[in-house]
Amino acid sequence: MKKSIKIVLPILLVVGAIIAAATYFFQHYNVAVLNPQGDIARQERDLIVFTTVLGMAVVIPVFAMLGIFAWKFREGNHKANYRPEWDGNKYLEIVWWGIPCAIILVLSVVTWRTSHDLDPYKALSSDVKPLNVQVVALQWKWLFIYPDLGVASANLLEIPEKTPVNFTITADAPMNSFWIPSLGSQVYAMTGMSTQLHLIADHTGDYRGSSANISGKGFADMKFTARSTSMAEFHSWVGRVRKTSTTLDQSGYDALALPASLDTPMYYVVKDNDLYDRIVMKYMAPMTNGQDETQNNTNDKSTPSDHGNPGMMDMPGMEGM
Amino acid sequence: MDFILGRLSFDSLPKELITQGGAISIVIGGILVVAALIYFKKVGWLWKNWFTTLDAKKIGIMYIAIAVLMLARGAADALMIRAQQALASGDAHGIVSSDTFQQVVSAHGTIMIFFVAMGLMFGLINLVLPLMIGARDVAFPFLNSVSFWLFAAGMILINVSLIVGGFSPGGWLGYPPLTELAYSPGPGVDYWIWALQIAGIGSLLSGINFLVTILKKRAPGMALMKMPIFAWSVLVTTILIIFAFPILTATLGMLGLDRLMGMHFFTATQGGNPMLYINLIWAWGHPEVYILVLPAFGIFSEVVATFSQKRLFGYKTMVGALFAIMILSFIVWLHHFFTMGAGADVNAFFGIMTMVIAIPTGVKVFNWLFTMFGGRIRFKTPMLWFMCFVVTFTLGGLSGVLMAVPAIDFQVHNSLFLVAHFHNVIIGGALFGYFAGLMYWFPKIFGFTLNERIGKYATYCWLVGFLVAFLPLYALGLMGATRRLDHYDGPGWQMLFVIAGCGVLIICLGAALMVLQLIVSIWQRKKNIAGSDPWNGRTLEWSVPSPAPFYNFAITPTVTDRDNFWVEKQAALKHKSTAKLQYEAITLPKNSGVGVIIAAFAFMIGFGLIWHMWWLVVVGFVGVIVSVILRVSNDETEYMITAKHMEQYDKLYKLQEPTV
Repeated sequence: MKKSIKIVLPILLVVGAIIAAATYFFQHYNVAVLNPQGDIARQERDLIVFTTVLGMAVVIPVFAMLGIFAWKFREGNHKANYRPEWDGNKYLEIVWWGIPCAIILVLSVVTWRTSHDLDPYKALSSDVKPLNVQVVALQWKWLFIYPDLGVASANLLEIPEKTPVNFTITADAPMNSFWIPSLGSQVYAMTGMSTQLHLIADHTGDYRGSSANISGKGFADMKFTARSTSMAEFHSWVGRVRKTSTTLDQSGYDALALPASLDTPMYYVVKDNDLYDRIVMKYMAPMTNGQDETQNNTNDKSTPSDHGNPGMMDMPGMEGM
Repeated sequence: MDFILGRLSFDSLPKELITQGGAISIVIGGILVVAALIYFKKVGWLWKNWFTTLDAKKIGIMYIAIAVLMLARGAADALMIRAQQALASGDAHGIVSSDTFQQVVSAHGTIMIFFVAMGLMFGLINLVLPLMIGARDVAFPFLNSVSFWLFAAGMILINVSLIVGGFSPGGWLGYPPLTELAYSPGPGVDYWIWALQIAGIGSLLSGINFLVTILKKRAPGMALMKMPIFAWSVLVTTILIIFAFPILTATLGMLGLDRLMGMHFFTATQGGNPMLYINLIWAWGHPEVYILVLPAFGIFSEVVATFSQKRLFGYKTMVGALFAIMILSFIVWLHHFFTMGAGADVNAFFGIMTMVIAIPTGVKVFNWLFTMFGGRIRFKTPMLWFMCFVVTFTLGGLSGVLMAVPAIDFQVHNSLFLVAHFHNVIIGGALFGYFAGLMYWFPKIFGFTLNERIGKYATYCWLVGFLVAFLPLYALGLMGATRRLDHYDGPGWQMLFVIAGCGVLIICLGAALMVLQLIVSIWQRKKNIAGSDPWNGRTLEWSVPSPAPFYNFAITPTVTDRDNFWVEKQAALKHKSTAKLQYEAITLPKNSGVGVIIAAFAFMIGFGLIWHMWWLVVVGFVGVIVSVILRVSNDETEYMITAKHMEQYDKLYKLQEPTV
């Protein structure tokens, strides 16, 4: 049996090393998806763990059989029974059609239920009044409009803890995906579409948010901070923004929408209640001039956009409004 | 000038140091190869013996040669991606600009799928399928040549982008509106479209060719249920190709019309719908991954039975599983975009359908394992590839089932977790299968076996390198790292990216060992003469001499059993056959250069469309049509070998064979 130890030992060492490394990482760094900070992300984490454990019911027997059969029926082992003509067994095959079928049946029920429970479009049940946030993916920054509060911010999402947040998401850019791993689900941001997402944060804290779908040159910089604060702090933030920031009107928005990444977050007062709807409808309305799309992007620089520069104000792309 | 050159100008040449290096090395490499061919007076030989051949085995070798070349290109891209991401943490921005990085990522994916995986797949099918079913050739030998040369034209086109114009920055599937004129006006996306369009038509033609070959050219007695499983896997693959590739052609065609003629199929504006594109491309894209992996399953079925020296377990179940996978693969495409906002019912349906595919796939794994049970297993390199495959593919299957649950997918979609998953199944599933097939059938094609020791070291390097390269990506995905980032600032990410980079280096060591294996094996070829049956094989291809004669079978075999050759060998042990060999006259296709010419014109169409050289497009179109008409009006495309000559050839081939 000495030879078998020679084979088994390195395998055990490798598996041990992988587990040790994974544990080290989990302790020292934030493995966001497995370290949820909100109810949605927590349910999704639990689902990952459940499915992995269930899958092990197939993975472990397969690995074990591979090792044992290979060892037992190696050519040099003449003690093993050689049956070259044995090519089937009804009962055995029923077993391994049956086991995966049973596992998938269980998983199907779980899938059906969780697909509905964790549907991004489903509003969260809570006693707290939800906060509405309109998300616009731009080239290469995120604009967050708080329609009920009359403020907006770019690349910083301020939300109160323990409060359901109802996101409606669109894009004035190539397709992006709006994702805050610590809080849960991502949803695509697309032109002319308004998708929805419902999340909640359990505590206060800063979480990474980014785009998960490639959207051009500045894609890697398309990230933001999702900041969860106490309700009181959130309201004082809204007050500060209202007092100190510039107003985001159409021309200000057009300047912000120019292709460029944004190094520091921006804050705005929004008096115009229809801004988000106009951004969505812009792509739905017929154009008078088919060339506009291309001109929109000729100004393709990657320095932060100079917000409010009068030279950039008469941009095309406003037709149909 | 604009009329002649379209939008091509000096500005189209690469501007970054690294892309210039790539361009220059391609140009110099090309010049050196051509110069060497002229110096050694091999141009005529190459044209007569290779370029114009209609012999499926030679076409197969050329497919594999291109695939290996493109594997080197794709691996260079992979190294650049790993180097960039190992360095570009925090304020560092790595070795290339974001634009170049995105082109490299797109090129890596496109080349690996279309020109490496598809190339190896068609190469292996060409090499062994006719031999395996007892046929002299494929159903349409000339069409086969056209398919190959279209594939080659697509390959050249995609590499020309490195020299002039750059490549698409839109990812390997080019989602609009990013790939529309509004956001990507340059020629890069057009290179992507037209290279795939040309190669894709070649793939479709190949699919038709091999389906007909299997249905019409089997040896007498070989009922469908007596075919080797590899032939079944090819049959199912060709059906998938025939249903899926027209979708790709139509989708790329519409994107091309958007870009060339200002249409609005998938634009953001004026009623265009990018979501339609995403549905269509995955309606092709999901069957495509099964097109890649099913032939690998077929190869493993042959390898496991041969090296276990035992019949394959559960033949009928294996066939049933292939068909189940074939049908299911067409009703799961939506799982690539659960996050697009479809309702919970739709998501749940497609999620469950995806999991259901795991059932027949799992059954296949169990059947392979029980083929080993009760066998006498010889751990030759192809068998080692199989064992590595079981490890990696099972892990990939597990992560696949995870991602099939929509609520989990919401958290890992488009992250590096996804990247790790599909490399897990494409490298650990398809590529390992092709490697097993290459090492398994190499002696049949070249007449000598490959060096076992180096081959085993290479296999270990691939397995270890694979795990080191891709397990960190699972972790990175769970940490929130998305795919295709040219720089990042996540804490702890860099260490994992560096580890992944080391893994890729180990894989490269494995690849280098494979090259060494080939060189050493050629060096020692006299010592390692294979004989017709080096592995104690079971199927018809091992009954003919190695290297296989150009006519495949001197006498068409008659099939009585699934493992026909195995059964014949056992019968021969009992009583020697004394029947006199009955040779017959056969006809074979003459060589033809028209395939090369058609592909050259197709290349002109592609290049003209990319650079808006409309005259070149017209020349190309007319050229293709005229070539086809000339070819079909030629009635003398075959030649005959008389029975007497056949007998002489057969004796000659058998003389070369060592008697084992």
